[in-house]
Amino acid sequence: MTVEAPAASGVARLPLRLTLNGQLVEIEIATNELLLDVVRDRLALTGTKRSCDVQVCGACTMLLDGRPVSSCCTLALEADGRAIETIEGMAGPDGLHPIQQAFIDNVAVQCGFCTPGFVLTTKALLADNPRPMRAEIEHALTGNLCRCTGYWNILSAVEDAAGRMAEDDGEGRGARDDG
Amino acid sequence: MLAPFEYHRPESLAEAAALLRALGPEAAVYAGGTELLPLMKDGLIEASALIDIKAIPGLGGIARGRDSALRIGPLTTHRAIERSPLVREHLPELAALEANVANVRVRAAGTIGGNLCFAEPHSDPATLLVALDARFTLVSVEGVREIAAEDFFTGLLETARRPDELLADIQIPAPAPGSGVAYERFKTHERPSASVAAVIRLDDGAVADCRVVVGSVGVRPLRMGRAESLLNGARPSDDAIAEAAEAIRAEVAPTEDAFESTDYKRQLAATLGRRAIAAALARAGGESDHDR
Repeated sequence: MTVEAPAASGVARLPLRLTLNGQLVEIEIATNELLLDVVRDRLALTGTKRSCDVQVCGACTMLLDGRPVSSCCTLALEADGRAIETIEGMAGPDGLHPIQQAFIDNVAVQCGFCTPGFVLTTKALLADNPRPMRAEIEHALTGNLCRCTGYWNILSAVEDAAGRMAEDDGEGRGARDDG
Repeated sequence: MLAPFEYHRPESLAEAAALLRALGPEAAVYAGGTELLPLMKDGLIEASALIDIKAIPGLGGIARGRDSALRIGPLTTHRAIERSPLVREHLPELAALEANVANVRVRAAGTIGGNLCFAEPHSDPATLLVALDARFTLVSVEGVREIAAEDFFTGLLETARRPDELLADIQIPAPAPGSGVAYERFKTHERPSASVAAVIRLDDGAVADCRVVVGSVGVRPLRMGRAESLLNGARPSDDAIAEAAEAIRAEVAPTEDAFESTDYKRQLAATLGRRAIAAALARAGGESDHDR
């Protein structure tokens, strides 16, 4: 496949079809658009934050087929035919996801700017490793920066969330969802 | 927003090679994008075209290759290497190294081929692969050639890969029986400040063969010829290890930059060198009573 840039605009465009928070979305994008810009500015989901812009801080984390990626440094075309999850997809009809509730109950949020990235990274971690050790949580979250909380409450929130999801497992909620 | 570019997604190596030749050095090979896209965003790299190689079959995956070598396809992500049962069994030091590259997001998207071809001086895998005498296969319209990792990295962000060549395969020879492998690094941010890889083979209680490579502190991974000469033939001892570490301190060629002083880089290289040599000797079955 080749997408040549038309001389008029100088930018090649292509159709993008993705599953965004469980819903099929079709949108025409430019090859040089970044996933973060498409989701925030064109699909109007602004829960994902731009911060460092160089894939270091984790504020722009989205899940791409269940794995965390830096949407600030991911071409939107990578989402074609794949599933994207953002913070807006976490809460269900019954209310907040247990990870979100655990962050609130453990006061793991101050300004909240980094929180969507932490919550999504935590979701991917617990899908892989439902009962992580504290050191495993620290390792998984090394790439998410928080300038308010000092991290301690965040680590506690993740441990708490793991416990809640293990308890909920029998009811299907919080079960591992990406194998 | 990135500057506009043509986007190509070849479905065979031959198609990719033809594109690379036709489009010239202005085209960039694109896989995980973790090295390329940040620099394109900053305008430090201007690519008129991206050649996305992710649709080419056979460029991913991990297998046992010829002579029990570990064969890693260049499209393999850091995460896949970290979690590969084959790598964990046959080269656990590489799995451990990959588990600590950058962060979970970079490991999920970034590929080992991109990491190597970018030749960022602080690359973790580059340093270990030079020590392990890995071989890289490069493909172009003119054919196929193989190059040793040691000869591949030629300078700051520079490799022996021509712009019309594609890295198609990575072969890591199985360390000879009696060998110990170690990789030590120090980092306070995403990439290491200094790293040392050591591969040492013992025979009859003495060093029969060794490769010691320092990464991150200079423009490319560098073999420490003096330290290797001192170690060859030596019996493992704290004195022998300390002598080799001091040789590393003298032999490294630290880059001057705004992050760490050159003295500090020498100190890090010597300390990590001592640890890596000691660990490799211990794993090779030596009787070093070092204080790791």
